[in-house]
Amino acid sequence: MLQTGQQQVIIVPQTVNAPVPKSAASHTVALKARLQTLLAVPVATSVALAVHLCLPNNELPLEAHLYSQFLAAVLGAALAADIIHFIWPGLRRWMRHMCPIFAAAILTLAGWELITGILRWLPLPYFPAPAAVLQSMVDDRALLFDSTWHSLLLLLSGYVLGVVIALITGVCIGWSTRMRYWGMPLLKVVGPIPATAWIPLAMVVSPSTMFSAVGLIALAVWFPVSMLTISGIANTRASYLDVARTLGAGRWYLIFRVAIPAAMPSIFVGLFMGLGTSFLTLVVAETVGVKSGLGWYVSWAQGWAEYGKVFAALIIMAAFFSTIMTLLFKVRDRVLGWQKGMIKW
Amino acid sequence: MVTTASTEGSSLRILGVSKSFPAPGNAAVHNLALDTITLSVAAGELIAIIGPSGCGKSTMLRLVAGLDAPDSGELWVGNDPITAPSAERGLVFQDPNLFPWLTVSRNIQAGLIARGLLHKKRPEVNEFMRLVGLEAFAHAYPHHLSGGMAQRVALARALINHPKVLLLDEPLGALDAFTRMRMQDEVLRLWQARRTTMLLVTHDIDEAIYMADRIVIMTPHPGRIERTISVTLDRPRQRNSPEFLRLRSDILEQLHFAGNAKGETNGRTSLDNNVDVDSVGKSNKPPFSPPDEPTTAPIMSGMTGTQD
Repeated sequence: MLQTGQQQVIIVPQTVNAPVPKSAASHTVALKARLQTLLAVPVATSVALAVHLCLPNNELPLEAHLYSQFLAAVLGAALAADIIHFIWPGLRRWMRHMCPIFAAAILTLAGWELITGILRWLPLPYFPAPAAVLQSMVDDRALLFDSTWHSLLLLLSGYVLGVVIALITGVCIGWSTRMRYWGMPLLKVVGPIPATAWIPLAMVVSPSTMFSAVGLIALAVWFPVSMLTISGIANTRASYLDVARTLGAGRWYLIFRVAIPAAMPSIFVGLFMGLGTSFLTLVVAETVGVKSGLGWYVSWAQGWAEYGKVFAALIIMAAFFSTIMTLLFKVRDRVLGWQKGMIKW
Repeated sequence: MVTTASTEGSSLRILGVSKSFPAPGNAAVHNLALDTITLSVAAGELIAIIGPSGCGKSTMLRLVAGLDAPDSGELWVGNDPITAPSAERGLVFQDPNLFPWLTVSRNIQAGLIARGLLHKKRPEVNEFMRLVGLEAFAHAYPHHLSGGMAQRVALARALINHPKVLLLDEPLGALDAFTRMRMQDEVLRLWQARRTTMLLVTHDIDEAIYMADRIVIMTPHPGRIERTISVTLDRPRQRNSPEFLRLRSDILEQLHFAGNAKGETNGRTSLDNNVDVDSVGKSNKPPFSPPDEPTTAPIMSGMTGTQD
């Protein structure tokens, strides 16, 4: 910083109104930061391309094209963004935030290729190089898409069913002491059993595996959501209820316009926990019973020892689940916008 | 100084009301929070209730609000007995207790929605927002408001129901001295405009003298009305007029006595009868000469709030 400041002082004296060295220094710092933003992704992509193309690769050369095309496309997009960002401030802000993490992701790809394809530190059939994974993802895209679609349907029907039942039981048990007396023991005894432990029974009882899978996911969601709904409702600040009563509120106003909104932060904690357990139950149910979906795809591909497809499905699963998680966060941000100091996803 | 427009207020009678609570940690023992309290309030009157902590002031307000039921005795608003909470008895706490998930305007609407009157009375929402000077904050959430603003919303929320009795439980206690004085004027303005009967619980003697028609002094263990003082100073009152200050020191002495001699029954009251005040307290204890030194008992330190 000091050095750059001195440089400026040496250069500047030609002009009469020399800028203060300090601001000149901060200007150079800003320029450096901007250069870092602009160069991060292109440099990382070039490194990945170099690793892929220049180092001796032991895998099938056939698969190489797609991956290098992919990297070239990323490089092209990064360079295009570098140009556009000069005229689009929104993109500039976004890039300043996102470029480092993109660069890190691409370098991770390069590292992965280095370890698997080139140095061969990991046993091959189980750990394919990124090029092979990308190739299987594209080759098997129809079946992957179909699996994702079925997973989505199963997940949503189970999750929504579980949440609806949990909200009803949660509000009833949280609000009424009599319901709490009868409902709480059931919840305490049945709730903690992991939903997957019911699989043997569910297979026998229900008419179809699809049906039992929906029930299992709903059960997995039901426990955390109803538990946190109960605690949210039961812990509604007494003074809110007192105020509402003196404003003329009847029972329904107290439940739906005071207790439930007051419990919302707690309910959302339950919804997130329920979403986590629903992912787990979905994948287990698909692995052992249901004949479709990403969980099924993973175990099917493993059966054929096609680990490229296994990794492809895992990557899609990661994107799929985190998209759903992000959507739930968006809903929460909308619903709980009134809260102070919320953590953003 | 009563420029009565139309009186929205209603008279209030508290007849021989007692209320006890189980002692903390020992449910078998009951503490008497209120011991056969009798107080009658005229329609449109503003009553201040002062007294040390534990004298049952807030319990009394909760009973009038209908949030708790008395062990014995009766409470009447106009010709109706109090049996349950109702929109005709509004309650404002020290904490504004705004619903944090509703905007300012929706908080003010809450009472109308609760009573199913929103579609009929929607214009009143803006009127009340103007009344408390918060139109600009209609769409703000409570966590954006300052303490004084939040308390103004709480007042508007209670007033939109046109309560016959407004119960104020230390509503200005959490505000800084300057905001508090401004809010006192604001509450007085609302009171004078609507002539709502008001019961104001406060720790602040100046506030009581500045605002009230009558001051009820309570003593703890068990909660009893020690004395009732009518304040006949002209409004708007001067916070540093000699009469004001004299009345203030009298009440301080009264509370000094109340603070030190709890449980004693040999009654020593101190109230100059030549002040601009007539004592209509139920107390039948003889007057006595004031103590030698000015009252600076520890219990006072928190009560001398807004003296300028």
